[in-house]
Amino acid sequence: MRVSMDIELKDIPGQLILALRPVSEYKGNLISVVHHHEKRTPRGTIPVQLVFEIKPENLNNIISSLEDSGIGIARVDEKIYFEHGAVILIGHIVHTDIQDTIDTIDNTGYAEVVDLNLSMPKVKMPSSASLKIDAVSKEDLTSAIQILKEIAKKKDLLVIEPIQSQLGAT
Amino acid sequence: MMKTIRLSIIGFGAVGQGVARVLLDKKDLLEDMGLDFRVVAVADSRTAVVDMDGVDLNVALSRKRDEGLVGSDRIRGIEIIEDIDHELVVETTPTNIVTGGAGLENMLVAFKNGKDVVTSNKGPLAIRYSELIKTSEKSGTRLRFEATVGGAMPVLNLAREVLAGNSITNVEGIFNGTCNYILTRMMEEHAPYEQMLAEAQELGYAETDPTYDVEGIDTACKLVILANSIFGMNATYEDVTVAGITRITPEALLLAQNDGYVVKLIGEINDSRINVAPKLVPMFHPLAVGGSLNVASIQTDLAGPITVTGRGAGSIETASAILSDMISIYRD
Repeated sequence: MRVSMDIELKDIPGQLILALRPVSEYKGNLISVVHHHEKRTPRGTIPVQLVFEIKPENLNNIISSLEDSGIGIARVDEKIYFEHGAVILIGHIVHTDIQDTIDTIDNTGYAEVVDLNLSMPKVKMPSSASLKIDAVSKEDLTSAIQILKEIAKKKDLLVIEPIQSQLGAT
Repeated sequence: MMKTIRLSIIGFGAVGQGVARVLLDKKDLLEDMGLDFRVVAVADSRTAVVDMDGVDLNVALSRKRDEGLVGSDRIRGIEIIEDIDHELVVETTPTNIVTGGAGLENMLVAFKNGKDVVTSNKGPLAIRYSELIKTSEKSGTRLRFEATVGGAMPVLNLAREVLAGNSITNVEGIFNGTCNYILTRMMEEHAPYEQMLAEAQELGYAETDPTYDVEGIDTACKLVILANSIFGMNATYEDVTVAGITRITPEALLLAQNDGYVVKLIGEINDSRINVAPKLVPMFHPLAVGGSLNVASIQTDLAGPITVTGRGAGSIETASAILSDMISIYRD
């Protein structure tokens, strides 16, 4: 998963390297470091923003390790959705438990249904829906759509997904 | 120096007649290239006309138009291929996707008799690709089939010749004009599938039994041919996952449109799968072509994506692809 973290460093040499070491120790992949050296927090510390990819089970280790080094953690945001996807569903969407369909995506932890538009022309006629899905990464979006396709197959719903180049897989 | 190539046209429906017309229209151009294509036999499903000095194609075309039959000889296409001395068989019989039909037998017999084949007939290539290639190679004959995929739109020869040296990682496109027409019209009119299918049938864009087109079978066959010829796979129809367009609703198209998408029946090949399914295509994406057009986007390692679009069917359009295959075999 991708984590964004605001930390606060003391204004003494060697603090930044101290802050980055645990990320690398726990096999995190550093995406960006923004070091606001000209700024000061009210506490006189320097605000730094880190973004990195990490296995969920390693996040707490990083946090403890930072705290042990005396680095302040102002904010941790685990869910940064960088990818946005759309799919269309056709079939008996409501009668096949739409809540369950949405929950299955939301429960992945890496993707969420953020928008739903439903069109039900007549009773007993198939309805159509557009779903917007946000996901942490391209791979996560692809796998969320794959999960959706598997549920849809069981519920006899047709899934219309974006073309490959839209998913960025090529 | 003029090279004379004697050929037969086996199958004289829309495509076979298109070939005859194109040969008449392009006679001078072909002569400038040093090519004299001499049609020595034309066969339809019931009759044939044979003339070793060259069949008068104008007469054959008007007779077919007026009487529904091309000639008075009762010789069958396969007998022409076996018994009459010529170099090239233009195989344009109706396609049969289950057995390969007369086309499969015609092609195999042509190779065994040392004749080259140019064809628009998908069925035999979709079900017995490797057998056809092997038989042709064994007899030292040539088999060309650009017209089987995308009609006038060059895909196979583009990928195999023009883009030679590139590795192709992915092909995505619209390979069925009937489905594209129906989906485009459903979106324009906010009309249900059944209504736009009826319109397509009335205009001659869809067959009376539209199953083959609308269930994605036609697209799947074309993908099998593409997969085998440009990806070197050994695929058959069973390897394709297929969904058609019959369940698509006008409401779904409207929802897609509100999100900036159109819905198209997309055929797709990559190293892990061959798939036909309705897909969301961003409205301004090169694959978002309307009407009955076909389009293919070929992803290559050196050249990046290459996209071509064109008419996927039609008598003269398909004959264009056949003629280009004929020229490329004999020009050198």
